[in-house]
Amino acid sequence: MELPSRWVFLLFLLLSSAKAFGSEVDKEEFQEELLLKPLPDRKVLAHFHFETRAPPCNSNGLHHHHLFPKSISQMVEKFRVKEMELSFTQGRWNYERWGGFDTMSSNNAKPPGVELWAVFDVPKEQVDASWKNLTHTLSGIFCASINFLESSSMYSAPDWSFRQASGSLRYGMLPREAVCTENLTPWLKLLPCRDKAGISSLMDRPSIYTSLYYSQRLHLTSIASDLEGLNSGIVLEQTLTVVLHPSSQRTGLTHFSQSYLQPSWSLSSIFGRKVNGRCVLAKSSKVYLQLERGLVSQLKKSENYGADYIASEGYDGEANFELSVNPDRVIKEENSRNGISSSLLYEFSVDKYSNSKPFDLGLTWKFPVIWSCQQAPLHASRFLMGSGNERGAIAILLKSTDLNDSSLVANSAMDGCELRVNIFQVVPWYIRVYYHSLQLFVDDQLKAVGAFVEKIHVMPSKDKISPGMMEMVLKLPCGVKSAALTLDFDKGFLHIDEYPPDANQGFDIPSASIGFPDFHTSMLFPSNESERKSPMLSKFQESSPVLLYTEVLLVPLTTPDFSMPYNVITITCTVFALYFGSLLNVLRQRVGEKERLLKSKAAAKTGRLSDLLSRLSAKLRGRSQEPMQSASESSPLINSKLALKVLLMAALAVAWQYYFG
Amino acid sequence: MPKTETETPKMKPRPIVRLAIFLISHSLLVCVVCCTAGVLALLLLPLLAKNTYISENALMPGSASSMISNRDISEANRLASDLSGLNFEPQDAAALESRGILTKYMSDLGAEVSYHKFHHKPNQFHPLHFFSSPDSTSSVDNFSCSAQGVNTVGIIRAPRGDGKEAIVLVTPYKFGKSGTAETLSLSIAYTVFSLLSRVTWLAKDIIWLVADSQYGEYAPVEAWLRDYHTPVFTGLGALNADTCIKIDDLYALEQKPIAQTKISDGFRRAGTMAAALIFKVADRNELLEDTLNIYAEASNGQMPNLDLINIVNYLAVHRQGLRVKVEKVLSLLDSRWLEILGEIFEVLGKVARSLNPGWKFGISAADYVEGSATLASSLYNQALGIPTGPHGAFRDFQVDAITLEISPKVSSHNKARHNEFLLRGGRLVEGVVRSINNLLEKFHQSFFLYMLTSPSKFVSVGVYMIAFALLVAPLPLVAASLYADANQLDLGVKNTKSTTTAPDELDITFRSWKWLYAAKEVFLVHVWGAAVSLLPYFICQIPNCSPTSSSVIWVSLSMLGLLILYLIAGSPSTHVSISQHEEKGEWAILKSVTISAVFIGLLLMSVVNFATAEIGALLLVPMCLMAQPLKLDMKAGKFRSLFRVICNMVLGFVAFPPAAYFVAKTLFEGSDSINMGDFWNWMESLWAWNSATYIYIGMVHLPCWALCLHILLHSC
Repeated sequence: MELPSRWVFLLFLLLSSAKAFGSEVDKEEFQEELLLKPLPDRKVLAHFHFETRAPPCNSNGLHHHHLFPKSISQMVEKFRVKEMELSFTQGRWNYERWGGFDTMSSNNAKPPGVELWAVFDVPKEQVDASWKNLTHTLSGIFCASINFLESSSMYSAPDWSFRQASGSLRYGMLPREAVCTENLTPWLKLLPCRDKAGISSLMDRPSIYTSLYYSQRLHLTSIASDLEGLNSGIVLEQTLTVVLHPSSQRTGLTHFSQSYLQPSWSLSSIFGRKVNGRCVLAKSSKVYLQLERGLVSQLKKSENYGADYIASEGYDGEANFELSVNPDRVIKEENSRNGISSSLLYEFSVDKYSNSKPFDLGLTWKFPVIWSCQQAPLHASRFLMGSGNERGAIAILLKSTDLNDSSLVANSAMDGCELRVNIFQVVPWYIRVYYHSLQLFVDDQLKAVGAFVEKIHVMPSKDKISPGMMEMVLKLPCGVKSAALTLDFDKGFLHIDEYPPDANQGFDIPSASIGFPDFHTSMLFPSNESERKSPMLSKFQESSPVLLYTEVLLVPLTTPDFSMPYNVITITCTVFALYFGSLLNVLRQRVGEKERLLKSKAAAKTGRLSDLLSRLSAKLRGRSQEPMQSASESSPLINSKLALKVLLMAALAVAWQYYFG
Repeated sequence: MPKTETETPKMKPRPIVRLAIFLISHSLLVCVVCCTAGVLALLLLPLLAKNTYISENALMPGSASSMISNRDISEANRLASDLSGLNFEPQDAAALESRGILTKYMSDLGAEVSYHKFHHKPNQFHPLHFFSSPDSTSSVDNFSCSAQGVNTVGIIRAPRGDGKEAIVLVTPYKFGKSGTAETLSLSIAYTVFSLLSRVTWLAKDIIWLVADSQYGEYAPVEAWLRDYHTPVFTGLGALNADTCIKIDDLYALEQKPIAQTKISDGFRRAGTMAAALIFKVADRNELLEDTLNIYAEASNGQMPNLDLINIVNYLAVHRQGLRVKVEKVLSLLDSRWLEILGEIFEVLGKVARSLNPGWKFGISAADYVEGSATLASSLYNQALGIPTGPHGAFRDFQVDAITLEISPKVSSHNKARHNEFLLRGGRLVEGVVRSINNLLEKFHQSFFLYMLTSPSKFVSVGVYMIAFALLVAPLPLVAASLYADANQLDLGVKNTKSTTTAPDELDITFRSWKWLYAAKEVFLVHVWGAAVSLLPYFICQIPNCSPTSSSVIWVSLSMLGLLILYLIAGSPSTHVSISQHEEKGEWAILKSVTISAVFIGLLLMSVVNFATAEIGALLLVPMCLMAQPLKLDMKAGKFRSLFRVICNMVLGFVAFPPAAYFVAKTLFEGSDSINMGDFWNWMESLWAWNSATYIYIGMVHLPCWALCLHILLHSC
């Protein structure tokens, strides 16, 4: 009887697996990718992209996940998260040197610290409650103090400047959150292979945490499949962007030609590890090497000058650099615009590598090449003005980057074109911003704000309740050289228990985000079957508006002396003692009693002392008429007995000090 | 004042009131005791100085080993040799070229380099701009190309830092006409900068400001700070598009050699400044060893946090073996009386120690003299209210900053010696930067109000306040006692019952309001003082006026003002007193009101600038207390009154501000080259630097001196 049952079981298994293979669309899938990109300032960008998809399931909502992390799916279900992004960032993205006008920067350049935004699929009055619960959950999952975003003075609800969402978007930032491995480990736990196999095994903690920029991001989108939104498919996108400094020995400046040669690197030299094959659970596992537009055009130029050799499709850079591994495929960006060279992607598939033959991509430069990144239309910087503990001003300065070659030309073909700029800024309540003091300087001239503002939405802060928020759309002329916005503020006082630890460092104003809704970054790749499957490339193909973040600002506020409680206690006790002492004194005595007492005493006897004193004074008067002199000498209070007592006490004290001190 | 004892008992007032009455009635004794004690306490300060200690734990100076290598030094040497090869004519071209070289070196290190143009304008006297925050409104008026300077600013962004805070390094440098010392300071800065560009521990951005010091060291730093904190958005275009071609040339030139990084013409910023270090190499050479001079006094006697001085001192002494010095009044070092005083204190200290080994307040006489010379210099510099270096500009923006001046041992043009000097200087700066970099909060732990008696000893506010408090304490007492005397008030001790012929009501009311006349007089003299202190504004409008003639004009105008005041207000002393027997009362009440005014003025000044108040109290308090009409004393003709006359004359002379200035100058610098113009120059520097001391002299000191003189010459 045993045997048949086993057979039946096996048969069932076979059948079920066949069924699973049949409905491939509904399967959970995981894909891992890594993009490497040399940067103009001798750095290397590594961008890990992991995508896990859970299909909408049509059963009763009880999922059984094979790959998808359960904690995330439960969270999404419980709080009805439509879309959410959480990023942990350390360091600053250098928009000037690393580019500000490509998908990489506008999606992956994040402000320092923690940034969290979420769109909920719940009625408007429940959004806040969901947000609070979500922050606590995330805080638990990621070992971070995201729960501080729960307080209503820490988050805001932008309407349109950050992302189009009608009232169900919440946005919060913690600029001071320190990011470390304790945040990375739970993030890796969400991956099916963790960092044990596949591309994620490259994440050697010492090397990624000595990077110049580290941003770990988690983005999830839920796709509602039915009307109630109960059963939804979830796309979880985890990216880690690091900018690494290839540790080549610094070429001495003595060799001038050598000094501009880009450092050569390999995976093992920048990460200290190699890829030992793919994560077996991943559907695909690929490594890309991207050469951006500027670099490609420079390479082409040098080729043309050098060997007068028209590069063939793809390997046109070979003369300048050498790859240690032959790429499986070269993808050339299909450029919609005219005359600009397009970027190149070398694709490497990790599938064929294994423990015995690890994948170690290396890039060796042969000739110096200098290129620059594409810049955002305007370079934004934000800074504080003024000094002192009373007031100050926030200034946002937008300066044009000489971007007249590519995109602006296309736009400014028509006359009187306009450049729209979205500004979204959240300011904590203790920085009391006076929004009426908004001043706008365009090309160094003070202009009326109304002439350039297309739309503005201001939410003044409420003390201890909500932060101040400003969203605005500026409409600047295309040829604008610079634009500056200033806002005056007063520095508030905090209650003593509202000061954070290390209050003397100052207080942070989170980054403002500057968006350019007219400019979209997207890369077009020749559409064939395989690109559609790569989530990273399809992400690149999506058109996303150019977005950049400004610096975090540090405002020194007045801080009390935190050792003050001691002084306060001392002073208060003194005041109380004096007050109660005199009050008791007053209460204890009857009116006029003292006079009566004195009178009766005087009637009894004229004191010996006063008698003595009067005689003494009379004597003095007789001798000299100098007023001051006599006043000082004939004091009635100096009497011999008292002096004797004082002397005795002093002698005792000295003796005590001498013998026992 | 006759006093009578009475038979009838009276109600005893409260003890505190009795104490006050007691003190008032013995005001002479209290005066003498307090003033002596005040002066004594001031002299005791070097004894009471404590050793400095590093209060903020996070600083951890010297806990990391230095990382400066020989490669940094050799690169700095290459920069220095490149730069020194450029001292040719014309200077403009040389300056341009050397700036280009410096920029190239900086940007090769991966720093963001930018230029900051500023227009030097000489300080102007703005009578209403005292205490106002540094403003930018006046910076965009007319300027000329000739007075334009260019600062070079390099910024290293801290890898993985959040860019909220920055540390500023400043080296003054004269492009095109630099001396060896300036080049040396630039090489030290470059050594540190090149190290900092590749270290991984940096948490704060580093700004290196090479200040164009052709208009002095303060002006470029101040201009840069002003543009950093209060930029002007309007009119920048005009500034850039003006006809100063040489600057436009500069940018054209820059594009050539550096293809990798562009030099941006925009103003670059890097967060809130945590601290600033200004360092330069002195031209003079030391005989014994490398020395480090620390300058810390900023405007109006503000000091940087003591921790900053502490870490510099600690690292210089214990790590780099430099000799650290702070400024001293040199002439005090070999003054005999100070030495004698020091010996007395030494003996006293020894006696005390023999009584109880736990009492350790004795210091050696040499230490005492050294300490008091340093203290005097510290007190004087703080009182003057003029910053002793470019660090003063930072303090105006609440940034702690000090100037380090390193003077090398006699240079033998020895290469190894030169490199060792670079290494020492570089390591010192590196250590300080690293300490500040460790700091999580801004400097707040240690003292801000202190005076140095040596680089490693300080007197904190709690101690040095005692001297001042003792000096001013008798003032209200004497004022009260004079008032009481003049009004023949009953103060409890004396009794009016004996003078049974009670004055009629009218008399009492008149008498009790009499002080109003005196107050009016005092007020008028103070108004005169304010007018006198505004006079230089008009005098300096006169073209081609030498300092001597200016001061003569000033003094004569002031005298004229006083004369006119007398004529208009009538001689204030001619207010006929109602009773004939009150000759004494009138001047006494005037003195009492004067003393109250002095008291209030000194107290207010002690809040603004303590050192000024302290020195002012030393001069004013004895004069105010002593003042008594000369006529009275002459009439008395006794020895005591003669002595008082002499004292009054001397004090009255010394307290006159110009006289005090010249007396101090002769005492400390020798009697040669005394010039009337010097005083004008000194006062001019005071108002040019917006020193509160100027206000003090004009509105407190001078009127009080005039009033005291008036009392001395009172015709009673």
